[in-house]
Amino acid sequence: MPEGYALNWFAVILVAVVGLAAIGGMFLGNYLLAPKRPSAIKTSPYECGIEPAPFRWSQINVRYYVFAILFLIFDVEAVFLFPWAIIFLKSAPVVFYEMFIFVGILFFGVVYGWRKGVLQWK
Amino acid sequence: MTALEGLFYGLGAAGLLVFLSGTVMVLTWLERKALARIQLRMGPMRVGPHGTLQPIADVAKLMTKEDITPSWADKRVFWLAPAALLMPALLVWVTIPMARDLVLRNLDMGLFYVIAVSVLSVMGLVMAGWGSANKYAMLGGLRAVGALISYEIPFILAVLGVAMLSQSMDITRIVDDQRSIAYIIVQPLGLFLFLVAGLAELGRTPFDIHHAESEVVGGPFVEYSGAHWAAFMLAEYINTFTVAALVVLLFLGGWRWPAMPGDGALHTLLSLIWFLTKTYFVILAIFWIRGTFPRLRIDQLMAFAWKVLVPLAFVNILLTGLVLYYDLGWWVLTILSLLSLAAAFYIIFGRYGSRAERMTVRVYSTRELGLKPAVRPQAAPPPDGSPVQVDKAPAAGA
Repeated sequence: MPEGYALNWFAVILVAVVGLAAIGGMFLGNYLLAPKRPSAIKTSPYECGIEPAPFRWSQINVRYYVFAILFLIFDVEAVFLFPWAIIFLKSAPVVFYEMFIFVGILFFGVVYGWRKGVLQWK
Repeated sequence: MTALEGLFYGLGAAGLLVFLSGTVMVLTWLERKALARIQLRMGPMRVGPHGTLQPIADVAKLMTKEDITPSWADKRVFWLAPAALLMPALLVWVTIPMARDLVLRNLDMGLFYVIAVSVLSVMGLVMAGWGSANKYAMLGGLRAVGALISYEIPFILAVLGVAMLSQSMDITRIVDDQRSIAYIIVQPLGLFLFLVAGLAELGRTPFDIHHAESEVVGGPFVEYSGAHWAAFMLAEYINTFTVAALVVLLFLGGWRWPAMPGDGALHTLLSLIWFLTKTYFVILAIFWIRGTFPRLRIDQLMAFAWKVLVPLAFVNILLTGLVLYYDLGWWVLTILSLLSLAAAFYIIFGRYGSRAERMTVRVYSTRELGLKPAVRPQAAPPPDGSPVQVDKAPAAGA
């Protein structure tokens, strides 16, 4: 384990704890200071002044899934790209060229989607 | 780990929180003033000299405001959403240095950590949209996912270009590598990508479709009030400051300035001053963009991410890789970067006719779109050539 590894985690967790405490304190302060007089009208969902329709959670446009899948592909790719970016100058030439083949294949995927009209938001 | 170290980090974390809250108060005032000046208004003037005490009045108001929970809401999700948005915004600052020694903990995977944590803020927006059980909030939450995940890709790839240049993900080392030449000169394309994708990640104008007031009236935040709403605003302004700070650290040379004194407290103080000066310049530029650009439509937004920014980001990585691998000298990368940026602008703006045509809204005829005409079809002319029977218009006064 590298030097200071535990300390790294300690700093991250400490900020998380302090941050959560601060957020909790903010909510608690609001809870203690603010008036609480809820009414049926006040707690009804906001819809520009008209009577809210009986609607809670709608169906989701399928296009969001397409973009989510594209995002997943590239996000996983980024996980591979970052270690490569640090070492490609110190490694064999095959390391350098192979990444471009990999990225090229993924980019071909984007071009394919583009030609298929997946990226068009109608 | 000693007790002294624990105390040091505890004080550091508390100090960081106080600093960020203070920064948010300054930024809210600065944004209102800057936007007002752009629009030839005065901005806040009543509370304190030039409205400088306005943020304190805002805090007092938000803390004493009733925290309304909508009766239809998914209560737990609704309550946790602001915290889920604010936590990543705070956690990022563990490893963002404001001077060489002014950082809570310098992680050697700093850039990777920043990206990994900042993505989590999408969760908060989705939870807010879902939990509110409101049409506008739901639409806004979904738009936030769509836009944020699309712009995450060019954001990551722009950061990757910097990591390649300095062969490191340690932010302090990246700043040190810019001692002779800042990366804005080496990689202007990278700066463009990072700033544009960063603005979209923040949901700032011109990319603010997820809380577009004229479309989804505030989006995910529409049902929130009191401290919960304050948490959203805190997160938004902390993120703005984070992106500006990252622009400074990755591209503008961080806390560096010609003729810096060697080491010690004076060096740290001067570094902090330069860092904050540069950061506030970037923030003013972001406010300027907000004051001048109109909002993009959702289809334009998604198309811009996938058809312009993602290919450009790949070009950026390719050029950086080739120049570094064949050791061509940084000025080659500068020229190639500028050329590809110019080519991209030409492709976007060059092919849509004259300036007047681009600036006017085009009304498509139904024939062009291949739709059926909405008007009633006319009867076909009779074959014997007699005049076409036309429906009589109703007589006036009938």
